[in-house]
Amino acid sequence: MLEIKGLSYHVSDDAGDKDILSDVDLEIKDGAFVVVTGPNGGGKTTLAKAVMGLVQPTAGSILFDGTELMGKSVTERARLGVCYGFQQPPRFKGLQVTELLSIAAGKKLSANECCAYLTKVGLCTEDYLDREIDASLSGGEVKRIEIASLLARNAKLMIFDEPEAGIDLWSFVRLTQTFESLHKRSDSTIIVISHQERIIRLADEVVLVAGGRVTARGSFDEVMPLMDAEDMTCALKEA
Amino acid sequence: MGKLSQIELNMLKAIADLHKIPEGAYNIRADGVSAGRNSTEHIEIVSKTDKQGIDIIVKPGTKNESVHIPVIISKTGYEELVYNDFFIGEDCDVVIIAGCGIHNSGCNTSKHDGVHTFHVGKNSRVKYVEKHYGEGEGTGERIMNPQTVIHLEEGAYMEMDTTQIRGIDSTKRETVVDAGPGAEIVVLEKLMTHDRQSAVSDMTIHLNGDDSRGRVISRSVAQGESTQVFHPNMEGNARCFGHVQCDTIIMGDAKVSSIPAITANHVDAQLIHEAAIGRIAGDQLLKLMTLGLSPEEAEERILAGFLK
Repeated sequence: MLEIKGLSYHVSDDAGDKDILSDVDLEIKDGAFVVVTGPNGGGKTTLAKAVMGLVQPTAGSILFDGTELMGKSVTERARLGVCYGFQQPPRFKGLQVTELLSIAAGKKLSANECCAYLTKVGLCTEDYLDREIDASLSGGEVKRIEIASLLARNAKLMIFDEPEAGIDLWSFVRLTQTFESLHKRSDSTIIVISHQERIIRLADEVVLVAGGRVTARGSFDEVMPLMDAEDMTCALKEA
Repeated sequence: MGKLSQIELNMLKAIADLHKIPEGAYNIRADGVSAGRNSTEHIEIVSKTDKQGIDIIVKPGTKNESVHIPVIISKTGYEELVYNDFFIGEDCDVVIIAGCGIHNSGCNTSKHDGVHTFHVGKNSRVKYVEKHYGEGEGTGERIMNPQTVIHLEEGAYMEMDTTQIRGIDSTKRETVVDAGPGAEIVVLEKLMTHDRQSAVSDMTIHLNGDDSRGRVISRSVAQGESTQVFHPNMEGNARCFGHVQCDTIIMGDAKVSSIPAITANHVDAQLIHEAAIGRIAGDQLLKLMTLGLSPEEAEERILAGFLK
């Protein structure tokens, strides 16, 4: 169970003070498939990064299976079972795809095992096993390898940050099937930050985040009218 | 290799991945004397008579054979200058594994200066792998100054994969290549310095023949207070293609100067260079930490991959 209580992230810079997250409360049950959606700049990625420890909130609590994550390092959280897929994954000169997947799995994976993960994200595996994750790969390819690394990690809590970004239509269909199957076959809790209706429809619960707050929660049918509002940003703020 | 000490055997493993007597032709040099040699039907190794070193003669048409010529120094204060000449006949395809390891447990400087000259015949392919490694608890310096001269005849191809692993206090590397018509040279240089070490690498590649090609990929890691200077120069003297790429990860208080140069003396010379120096990107470390690695483990994996 993930329990976020009173989570705030306040920043001050030359432009003034800003609350990126304001008193966020959110509970996500084990095994749930939750999609977090909402307008750009609303705080979705910051919320996800706060759970992974990539940003340090200024107040609040994040309990994961009863353990307080606040104050713990990224590595400690990863070892407790939290994993986060970057919206813009880094590239590595010299690090091969098979090596990254093996690091994720915590053991040396065979070519067949790597192939299985890559197939799930729509990559023709023979071509990718020995490829370096460097500038020779397109943004969409790096993104799919990032998702494959989370599949290999098979963490208890998997957070995907806009997995559809930069991915072509064909691969996107494959990706939604992968999420569907992951949810059915695994006990992992899955949180996906997404704007795509096809992914939102897979969710047990949809969470709207706007203006640094959780502004609505519910089923697809409950939340969709807000998504359809002509000016989504305003509608979400009013919700 | 029965007469080698455990230290020497460990160094052979580090520089040439040798756990036992290699197959094929080999010459093992330990503290200035031969610790083993084998010539084969197609590859002959003979000692020079006028100076220190050996000639390696590969008969025309030799395919899929290898030569190991590791050098190890474990005597503190030992210094040597060695000349190894390689004569590769036409239409060959061979792998040459060299490398030098110095174990210095004393207070005097140990030094190996090696001059390797390759004459690669028409349409031959050579893969040359060279590793340099230093170790030992002594205060004496470990110095290696390799000089490599490569002559590629028409249609010849050579890949030079050179690595300085760790532990070399000072190195000055000089590489000079001339490539004939249709010949191709690929140089992969990987270098790590740490503490107060210094490394200088000068490289000049003369693309003399039409349709010759040259590629230099240099990757280095500079840690501690070490210094590195790279100066690869790709010179196009005919219709040719050349590419120089230098990448360095800088850490601690290290200082790095990367000066790739391209020189065109022919209107159809197509030459490109690029160079980058930077620290390990923060998001690379964070990504590996989200997969459960500690910051130290993440750094180690990034550096190992970069220098692989």
